[in-house]
Parts: sequence; C-alpha cells; structure tokens
Amino acid sequence: MSGPSEVPQPAFPRQRRSSAASARFYSRGVSVCLAAPLVVALAIGFVYPVTRLVGLSFEGGSLEQYRRLVAEPLYLGVLASTVKVAVVVTIASLLLGFPVAYLMARLRHGIAMVVAACVFIPLWTSVLVRSYAWVVLLQRNGIVNTLLADAGITDGPMKLIYTQGAVIVAMTHVLMPFMILPIYSTLRTLPPDYNRAARNLGAGAFRAFISITLPLSLPGVFAGSVLCFVLALGFYITPALVGGPGSMLMATLIGQQTTVLLDWPFAAALSTVLLTVTLIFVFLFRKTLSLSKGLHSVH
Amino acid sequence: MSTDLTHSTNRLSPVRDLYDSAAVQVFAKAFGVTILAVVIGCVLFFLLLPTLIVIPMSLSEKDYIEFPPSGFSLKWYRAYFSDPDWMAATWFSLKIALATTAAATIIGTMASLAIVRGRLPFSSALQALALGPMIVPHIVLGVALYLVFSPLQLTGNFFGFLIAHTVLATPYVMITVTAALQRFDPALELAALNCGANRLQAFVLVVLPNIAPGVAAGAVFAFLASFDEATVAFFISDIGGKSIGRKMFEDIDFNLTPVIAAVSTVLVVISLLLMGAIHLANAQKRG
Repeated sequence: MSGPSEVPQPAFPRQRRSSAASARFYSRGVSVCLAAPLVVALAIGFVYPVTRLVGLSFEGGSLEQYRRLVAEPLYLGVLASTVKVAVVVTIASLLLGFPVAYLMARLRHGIAMVVAACVFIPLWTSVLVRSYAWVVLLQRNGIVNTLLADAGITDGPMKLIYTQGAVIVAMTHVLMPFMILPIYSTLRTLPPDYNRAARNLGAGAFRAFISITLPLSLPGVFAGSVLCFVLALGFYITPALVGGPGSMLMATLIGQQTTVLLDWPFAAALSTVLLTVTLIFVFLFRKTLSLSKGLHSVH
Repeated sequence: MSTDLTHSTNRLSPVRDLYDSAAVQVFAKAFGVTILAVVIGCVLFFLLLPTLIVIPMSLSEKDYIEFPPSGFSLKWYRAYFSDPDWMAATWFSLKIALATTAAATIIGTMASLAIVRGRLPFSSALQALALGPMIVPHIVLGVALYLVFSPLQLTGNFFGFLIAHTVLATPYVMITVTAALQRFDPALELAALNCGANRLQAFVLVVLPNIAPGVAAGAVFAFLASFDEATVAFFISDIGGKSIGRKMFEDIDFNLTPVIAAVSTVLVVISLLLMGAIHLANAQKRG
C-alpha cells in the first residue's frame, strides 16, 4: 500500500476520485447493518457464555477456586504437562512437517497435488475419526502391537494406549497439517531465483537451504508453531479418547470436573486459566498469527 | 590461466554451470534426495494411514476389530443404517449442519462485505473477535455454552446447536469470503452503478458471481465445521438430542465395535466428496 504522498496526484480528477472512493465503500449505516447479525451471534454464542464462565470462577467474589488450584500439586502438574505436551507436539510437527511443506512448494504441480491431498484429507476428516483410528491402532491387541510382536521386536503386547506417548503421537498426527500449511504458503511465495543465485555463487544445496530458504521460511514456521501450540493447549477429544488417567491434560481435567465430579465453579476456574494462557500466547504472537499467514493458509 | 578462463566462461554461461555442478554432485544429490524421499514418504504415510484405515476395518466380518480384516461384509453398514440411535444422531447432526451452513454463510458474507468494503467502526476488533471461536479452546466454549444453555433448556436442542455451531463456523466463511472480496476489483461494481444499477442489483449481478467460489468454499467449510464438530457438541448434547459426534465419542469410549468404523467411513467419504467438489470448482474457475 503506497501512501498518497508517494503518488503524484493530478489536480483535475480529484473530485471524480473522491466520488469513486465513496461509491467504492458502503456507507457507515449499511456497514453497521451488514455486521449486525455477526455481532449478535458472537454476543449470545461466544462473549456472553465465556464471560459467565469466567464470572462463575470468581463466585461470591472469592478466589477460593484459584486457591484450591494453586494449593494442590496435582493440578499444577496437569498444567505443566499440558504445556509440555503442547511443546513436544509442536516440535514434532515442525520437524516432520517442514520437509513435507518444502516438497509441496518445490515439486511439479501434478505430484505436489498428491502430496497436498495427503495433507488436506486428514485435515478435513473429523478429529473423532482420526482419534478412533489411533485407539484401534494402539490398543492392546491392535495393529501396532501385532506388527511389533510379529517382527520379533517385542515379546508380548505393550501398553501403548492410554499413555502420554499415545496422546503425543495422536495429537501430532491431528495437528501437523496446521504446521505444514503456513510453512507451505510462505515457501511457495519465495522466488526460486534466490536459491538459484546462492547456488550460482558457489553454495552447495545444503548451504543454500540453510542460509537462504530456511531464514526466509521463518514467518511460516513461527505462524505454524504458534497455531499448533495454541490448538494443542486446549485439545480435548484426542487426549480424552487416547489418553488415560496418568496423562491428564487441562482440557481432560476440565472434562472430568464437569462430567464426573460436577464441580462447576472449579471447572470454571480451570477454564479461565486455560483461556488466559491461550489468549496471552495469541496476544504475544498476534503479528505472527495475522490473518494472512496463520489461519488463512489452513484453507 | 587456463583454469581461470574456464571458470569465467562457466560464470558467464549459467546453463553450462548448472550442467557441470549437476555432473559433479550427482551422487551426493541422489543420496540426499533418497533420504529426503524416504523421510517424507514416512510422514505422508503417517498422515494418511490413520485416516484411511477405517475403510478396510468397516468391511470386516468379525465382531471385534482386527487387521488385516478377514472376509468381506457390509453388515456393519447395515447395523449403522438400521440402528435408530445412530440414525437419530445422524439426522440431528445433518439438520444442524445444513442450518448452520445457511446461517454462517449469510452472516459471514455480510460481515465480510462490511469489513472489506464498508466503513465500519472497530472493524479490526470485530475481525479479531470473530476469529476468536477458532482460537479459544473448544472445551472452554463447550463448558461455557452448557452453563448458559442448560437453564434455558437449549441443551440437546436444535436452536442451541445452531447458535453454537454458527459461531464456530462463521470464521471459516469470513476467511474465504474476505479473501475473495480482496481479489475482486471494485471498479466492476462501480461500472455497474454507473450503468444505472442500484446497490442491491450491483451486488447480486456483479459482486456475488465474482465472489461465488469463495462463498461456496466457505459454505462447505462451515458444513464440515458443524458436522464434524465434537467438543462443543459433546457438552451441549443430552438425552433429548445427541449429535453424531457425541454418539461416536460415547461408543469409542464404552463400546468399541466395527460400527464406528462404518460411521467413520461414511464421514470420511462425505468430507472427501465435499473437498473434491471445491477443488473441481476452483480448478474450473482457474482453467
């Protein structure tokens, strides 16, 4: 967007320009009317319920629920392992996803489409279907255990499901497309000339990648990482089905408080903590996660 | 001297340069490419396998889940389509998803117009807030909505689901429609206005056909966002009304039968068909 000072403005079309500009945009009244249904929907379906939930955690104006949360090492442990799992899932998605994104951006159109399909098909398949597949793959007499035993690697079935390892593997699988797509959309906009120029100047393929392609892909890497991390923090379905009591995360703890123990004020406090952590992250990285780079490229 | 000369001619001829370096590095390159291909192949296998494995599992003859499946039968599909609980959940979800698609597409398109082409106070704040439901953990939203809906008897209720899923699906519409509007040249609309069309005519006859692929893509995403949504649906379902996601969650947790594989296959096929339709529509538009 060039500022008006940079563009030499002839004097005469000025009036025409401003009338064109006014026709170009809807009037304020029309704009507000167009946005009104969204505002109403967000108010009743999003802002009000979340505000009520946060309010419930401070029930009676006391910090009682938060005191309980801080006093019990179990709950702080759950918060810590939630962050840990999110970090591990993000790093695993980055290491596994980057080569795929690179390939998608570099290959000829036809083959790139096949790779893209491998990324998009899981992305638009229900999380439930994918979590179910992991339950089946990892269960006691499941495929993974059978294969490992047949290959002579293990003697008998190992306990794979309902462990933190299972949660990490399944969540990496579910969230990896959110890493691949922002990296891909950054890499795709890099002109191949940069890489070629580096090679012409004597850099090897590896050197050209390290000093040219990788630094230029960092915006996508950051966007994908923040997206992955934030989504991993609040993930419910996959850890609820694949994880067990020993691998409790914030989301599954909230689920347990609401569906089993029916302790709503405490669940509200846990939700408020999870929400706050998420929002702090989103706020810190809001530039990285801006519409064009982060959420947008998921389509 | 002579080496210098070859060197400089190489520099001057990029084709030659490329050929020479390719000849020298061919082995190292082949090695690196092979390793990279194997790694990427494994990752793609990892991505795709758990999505597609439900298909052979759903065709198994046995009552328990085994792989590779022995025999071939459609009995789990028969079981799915003849079970009143599964059918009730499916129809309930389908009705919600269709209503959500309509509501989210209309609300999202209107708001995108206001944001891209309008003079809207607090435009960027509204945009950030509208994307909020994508970022806020769905478990938080689910618990919050249950809390508000429960006393109003909106749990397990069509309208409760419609409100919740519309809020969740609208961001997808706004992302695709905003992008389509930003690619659209407003001069075309000005031309229509100049030729005597009013605002509404200009929108219906000029703007809408041009942003239609974006609106259609947003509608498909909205449908899937509702139909495949599980976390919020888990909390706002009850005995009276249960979405297919809630029903699946319960069965995976308590009653793991190949019927779930059959239901999963149906969901995968629906997603694939819708995504394929979008892809074809976009390819046609481009071609």
